[in-house]
Amino acid sequence: MANDSLDIIRRSATTTQPPDERRHLEVAKLIDVSTCIGCKACQSACMEWNDLREEVDSTLGSYDNPRDLTAASWNVIRYAEVPTGNGGLEWLMRKDNCMHCADPGCLKACPAPGAIVQYSNGIVDFQQENCIGCGYCISGCPFNIPRFGPTDHKVYKCTLCSDRVAVGLEPACVKACPTGALQFGTKDQMKDYAEQRIADLKERGYQKAGLYDPPGVGGTHAMYVLQHADQPSLYSGLPDDPSISAWVSLWKGPAKPIAAALLGLVALGSLFHYILKGPADVTRESEEAVEDEERP
Amino acid sequence: MTNHWVDIRNADVVLIMGGNAAEAHPCGFKWVIEAKKHNKAKLIVVDPRFNRSAAMADFYAPIRTGTDIAFLGGVINYLLSHDKIQHEYVKAYTDASFLVKDGYGFDNGLFSGYQPEQRNYDKDTWHYQQGADGYVVSDPSMQNPQCVLQLMKKHYARYTPELVEKTCGTPKADFLNVCEMLASTAAPNRTATFMYALGWTQHTTGSQMIRCGALVQTLLGNIGMAGGGMNALRGHSNIQGLTDLGLLSNLLPGYLTLPKDKENDYRKYIDQRAKKPLRPNQLSYWQNYEKFHVSLMKSWYGDAATKDNNWAFDFLPRLDKVHDILQVFTDMHAGKVNGYFCQGFNPLAAIPNKAKLTEAMARLKYLVVIDPLATETSEFWQNHGEHHDVDPAKIQTAVFRLPCNCFAEENGSLTNSGRWLQWHWKGAEGPGESKSDIEIMATLFTRLRDLYRTQGGAFPDPILKLTWPYKVPNFPSAEEIAMEYNGKALADLADPADKTKVLRKAGEQLDGFAQLKDDGTTACGCWLFSGSWTQAGNQMARRDNSDPYDNGQTVNWAWSWPANRRIMYNRASADPSGKPWNDKKKQIWWSGQKWVGSDVPDYKPDAAPDVGMGPFIMNPEGVARLFGVDQMQEGPFPEHYEPFETPIGTNPMNTNPQAVSNPAARVFKEDLAAMGTSKDFPYAATSYRLTEHFHYWTKHCRINAALQPEQFVEIGEDLANEKGVKPGDKVKVTSKRGQIVAVAVVTKRLRTLTVDGKKVHHVGIPIHWGFKGLTKPGYLANTLTPFVGDANAQTPEFKSFLVNVEKA
Repeated sequence: MANDSLDIIRRSATTTQPPDERRHLEVAKLIDVSTCIGCKACQSACMEWNDLREEVDSTLGSYDNPRDLTAASWNVIRYAEVPTGNGGLEWLMRKDNCMHCADPGCLKACPAPGAIVQYSNGIVDFQQENCIGCGYCISGCPFNIPRFGPTDHKVYKCTLCSDRVAVGLEPACVKACPTGALQFGTKDQMKDYAEQRIADLKERGYQKAGLYDPPGVGGTHAMYVLQHADQPSLYSGLPDDPSISAWVSLWKGPAKPIAAALLGLVALGSLFHYILKGPADVTRESEEAVEDEERP
Repeated sequence: MTNHWVDIRNADVVLIMGGNAAEAHPCGFKWVIEAKKHNKAKLIVVDPRFNRSAAMADFYAPIRTGTDIAFLGGVINYLLSHDKIQHEYVKAYTDASFLVKDGYGFDNGLFSGYQPEQRNYDKDTWHYQQGADGYVVSDPSMQNPQCVLQLMKKHYARYTPELVEKTCGTPKADFLNVCEMLASTAAPNRTATFMYALGWTQHTTGSQMIRCGALVQTLLGNIGMAGGGMNALRGHSNIQGLTDLGLLSNLLPGYLTLPKDKENDYRKYIDQRAKKPLRPNQLSYWQNYEKFHVSLMKSWYGDAATKDNNWAFDFLPRLDKVHDILQVFTDMHAGKVNGYFCQGFNPLAAIPNKAKLTEAMARLKYLVVIDPLATETSEFWQNHGEHHDVDPAKIQTAVFRLPCNCFAEENGSLTNSGRWLQWHWKGAEGPGESKSDIEIMATLFTRLRDLYRTQGGAFPDPILKLTWPYKVPNFPSAEEIAMEYNGKALADLADPADKTKVLRKAGEQLDGFAQLKDDGTTACGCWLFSGSWTQAGNQMARRDNSDPYDNGQTVNWAWSWPANRRIMYNRASADPSGKPWNDKKKQIWWSGQKWVGSDVPDYKPDAAPDVGMGPFIMNPEGVARLFGVDQMQEGPFPEHYEPFETPIGTNPMNTNPQAVSNPAARVFKEDLAAMGTSKDFPYAATSYRLTEHFHYWTKHCRINAALQPEQFVEIGEDLANEKGVKPGDKVKVTSKRGQIVAVAVVTKRLRTLTVDGKKVHHVGIPIHWGFKGLTKPGYLANTLTPFVGDANAQTPEFKSFLVNVEKA
């Protein structure tokens, strides 16, 4: 359904250009880490709105619960205790979720037509009905975001509440955030707002405060205000300089025509094989073996 | 709160101490963020743990649990010795210049008048000197050694930065930094707000910790000011309403008090409470006590309350002693209580020393639990394995579980920390057989009344004559009850200014408590709430957030007690001549004829400045009390006492064995025997709440359960290394009263402190798990906590006790 929308500007594994008639403003979610209290209201709201129910897990010795992103947890706060030079401490709490890259590695890597789309407002969305469960998007993502569903073996992640945004609402996490650490608007508005926050942080002694909108992925539609923008990895391993894996670039770049030609040859070979030898019987065992290999 | 949530945005400095607003009040904490974003405010956090609030702080200072008075006393010493007080404010608006009785004294940890056998004080000497006219004697030069300012200086001179470091474990430099940041608000154009919660109340010295904070704020001139105040962040969404309506054993609605055992003379009962002014021209607002009291009795007993029977004075029960939870459970433990009702209360989880509670409840004949959830209390008789190991065969208590609605399933008002009564509307029907609390209690009442009617009783009048005017007797509506609290005229009320005019006709809702009468012509269920549902309708349902002065007072949003006033003591926001101390944050001012401004004046509206009426109109002296006279149990000035379980065993502030811990605390002999010492239990423990959960409720909710699924305790890296504990290991935490097993969260956020030459480790114990609900089953944290309470409020010492930790 979404694939027919005029709002889509990119579509995985599709060569025909989508119509480009409704260029809207790009949206962005701004995550101001310096005012995030790690309350997890965003996690709760995400589960409520998207009707997800995470398993009640165990505690591993930290506040990180659920302990990682899953098909039912599309965002998690990651907590990092970082000593400062003068014997002090910072407790950095970063909401981790899909960054909605302008140049999405997941979409590039995806071989299933229409399983991943990018809307004209910048949101990158997964269409599970088209997902073949290959997991290439996971390798393609420089932020390690998409997760397999345990039962349907399809891939899930934050939609930036594309359903809410489409009708003029903010994402559920933003609505629930009690401190205003999460803001939502056009990307330009968010950059302006971030500038004010950065100026305030610099006045408070955070000389390296800045905006995280990494150019390696063309910028993102979820951005961070960081107290230490020179060291993103302090924030529970936020990539310092994320970019799309060279393999994905190769797979969807120069190698693509060769791969297509190879694929064509394979198809041709199969046809000959079918004509000469008849249909191939795949045993249940060999099918499962293949599936097991594909699991991460 | 003297101020309110939104007003926090007006602060220049925010001190969070004895609370963790980011953790426990995340929605209110947004106003701290607003103050930082838009008012360049600096946030200070002083806490044993580097907590979620500390993560947002401009400056964090560690402190040993239970030593806040030592710290704040040190701040007072700093302010007085560095001359960093708001002079004009202190001189005009406090008792600094009043002389104290000659017999008053303080020596080696004890104030004058201590009676060790009774563990309390004879407070005779804790008073101002009074002249023949009954007014206090003062020395405006404030040089007399017996004046409050000089006594205060002397008392706190002992609280040096060195002694603060020695007692609190706070590095001296950190302490002085906090002092300097706070002192910056002594300037009339700067304010600090103090935000505290159970981290102050839940100590044996809790009330005095709060008072000590109030002294700092008064010296700085921050009370009554926008962006200032003493702001108690209440724990439940409506716990403010609970106290306002007098749901404590010694209170009546609106902070009126029950008569004591021998108070059988109605006139004396009133006169004791209607305090005459201690200085000329003071309002001493409690002089209106009788109007509030008679209107309450008319509301309860209608025509049965007459002048001839002293407004049914004898229908009121007499108070033999305060029946706080510690007293009640001690009585229950002694087999003196037959039945117990828990309405929205899970005492097995919420009161210290679970072992004692379990034994106590097993001695009840019956227990009634009115709750939306299947609480631990309601299953105290069931065996839940290691988490609650009891033998049901030995417990004969009959338990009745009555499922009730939750707040979202009924109309009503919630009173928030900022004293706003906000009306809410039912969002859904309650599930299954659940009934509203009102319906359950009303049905119980009408059935009891029928029993009294048909079978009589020892003293049936207070039951049979209670007014019960509701359309559906077994289900009064929230609207009917709210209107009753507001009060109505029982006869036509003449305008005192012009007797020919009628202010309110008989039967009409009153406009506010100023219209209450002591002649039986008005009825009012809670004088403080008068004005909340007037003839113009439900004021609590107002939702106009316009803010014409851009200072967040929004006087047309909901309704705030008293009299829709947003900032209490706001007369003190202007100087004695009636001009705001700070033009940018002005609240009210003298127009030449009356007091006007962005808030409802907390003052006699037409009292000209030159009359000299003080801004603290509830006090008979009209000013703020730096000297607490006889109002507190353990002294007129807050003094540091160690927690009952102290990791250092001595009190660095004195050498008196009687004064190691609070000499007047609420403690019973049998519980003293259950106190541990640092020899067996070397670590300072403190219990607290987490953002992901609300008390023992949300563990019943799947999403919250997923967010903090399993019980844990927090220990610092040093202690973890000593014990060989890695993050995620199970540890056994033991106190003199019991043990729990939980996952260890090993953290840099709990620092080892050096106190009195010793290393002190803290162990953090979040409370939210139990043997019911959707989280992984856990131990009730109050298995560990001590059964001892504050001397004034009897609040248990949940925040400071001793434990041992071992790898499980």
